[in-house]
Amino acid sequence: MCLAVPGKVVSTEERDGARMAQVDFGGVLKTVCLDYVPEAREGEYVIVHVGFALQRLDEESARASLDLFARLGLMEEEFGDAWERAAEEAGMPHPDGDTGDATQEVVR
Amino acid sequence: MKYIQEFNDPDLARRLLEDIHATATRPWAMMEVCGGQTHSIIRHGIDQLLPDTVELIHGPGCPVCVTPLEVIDKALEIASRPGVVFCSFGDMLRVPGTDRDLFRVRGEGGDVRVVYSPLDALDIARRNPDRQVVFFGIGFETTAPANAMTVHQARRQGLRNFSLLVSHVRVPPAIEAIMDAPECRVQAFLAAGHVCSVMGTTEYPSLAERYRVPIVVTGFEPLDILEGVRRVVRQLERGEHRVENAYPRAVRAEGNPGALRMIEEVFEVSDRAWRGIGTIPRSGWRLAEAYRDFDAEYRFDVTGVRTRESALCRSGEVLQGLIKPNECEAFGTTCTPRTPLGATMVSSEGACAAYYLYRRLAAAPAPAAPEEASIVG
Repeated sequence: MCLAVPGKVVSTEERDGARMAQVDFGGVLKTVCLDYVPEAREGEYVIVHVGFALQRLDEESARASLDLFARLGLMEEEFGDAWERAAEEAGMPHPDGDTGDATQEVVR
Repeated sequence: MKYIQEFNDPDLARRLLEDIHATATRPWAMMEVCGGQTHSIIRHGIDQLLPDTVELIHGPGCPVCVTPLEVIDKALEIASRPGVVFCSFGDMLRVPGTDRDLFRVRGEGGDVRVVYSPLDALDIARRNPDRQVVFFGIGFETTAPANAMTVHQARRQGLRNFSLLVSHVRVPPAIEAIMDAPECRVQAFLAAGHVCSVMGTTEYPSLAERYRVPIVVTGFEPLDILEGVRRVVRQLERGEHRVENAYPRAVRAEGNPGALRMIEEVFEVSDRAWRGIGTIPRSGWRLAEAYRDFDAEYRFDVTGVRTRESALCRSGEVLQGLIKPNECEAFGTTCTPRTPLGATMVSSEGACAAYYLYRRLAAAPAPAAPEEASIVG
């Protein structure tokens, strides 16, 4: 849970008084708050924990980490359907049947 | 060295290991604080690549695992109520409470939702003004800026239907508790990298000095861990006890100033119970007075909760580094990820889950077993 994943800032915008960004985590786009790294610019890499960028990161390190995380399946753990994983572990059916994404809230 | 090919840079890994093997002349025991590091260590067999004399003791840094049973039971109680939307990170779903978990509550009709970020829960609150939206705000220092900002925004936006069930923990008081324990064998710490991305390293020199232990800020990837171990061993062999930053790409000495200001604004330091360990003074954060209205424990009357831990589960000893997971009689028999007795068996950062996932087969009668035993003994 203390995993912080590197991602690339694709675009930024002001929303509700906060600086928000679309961040690309090796193909997965998420909305991320940039208020703690106000100096981060589009095209740069940041490390992100639960939707908040915590530090900037150089591109080479970021790419190496993303490659490793993808190989280890950590991206799936971070961004996949937690209900599906929990159901599998519990040996129980998915609470929503096959439509896993229904309960995974998406920020707009 | 069957695991080494999986490392990002096998040559560098080999060089780091050679350095450690050449430097270590005596037995040393160091604790990796963070559960993410524990998983990385067990998954990649780092402990087995190190000299037999260098032991990694697994620490309590799994936020899901140390969240007290009483708070889990309160979460389950609140999540069961009609009119409540209970939001959580995904890794809390199967953490066992006294008689069920969030996954079960959802099956029984509770509106439990998994969110990626606490801000998503805020969004749900805005869109559902007639529902009470509660976010389960657990975690170490890494997660505190996110939860703090979320409550800060809720107050600024006047969102009266949002609250936070808080169980935040801090690393430095845990290090003190570990070092003060009479049975403590820890001679050095690998400090958790992302905790320090937020907090910086300023809390650690006084600890290193007081307990005369090297503290090396370490990342999560296999090469990061080897570099952390290498620096710890070097300090131990020289009789030094300094704070070093072996994760400079993500950690600055001053931490993240904006995040620290927000934590200071929204939280205040409090005593905190750690599951399996007990109460550690000043080891947590709770919402500061000005934000008390957003505290789910105040908003919901959950005083009737009666907790009962499994009599078999020894996760408390695992979390304190006193035993390895496979020394617990229940490990892999009555306690598995499917039927977990303790949180350490379900979390992606729990040591028991790591051993179950990556060591269960090797730890049977295979050669790994005696080696494991001798490390512990």
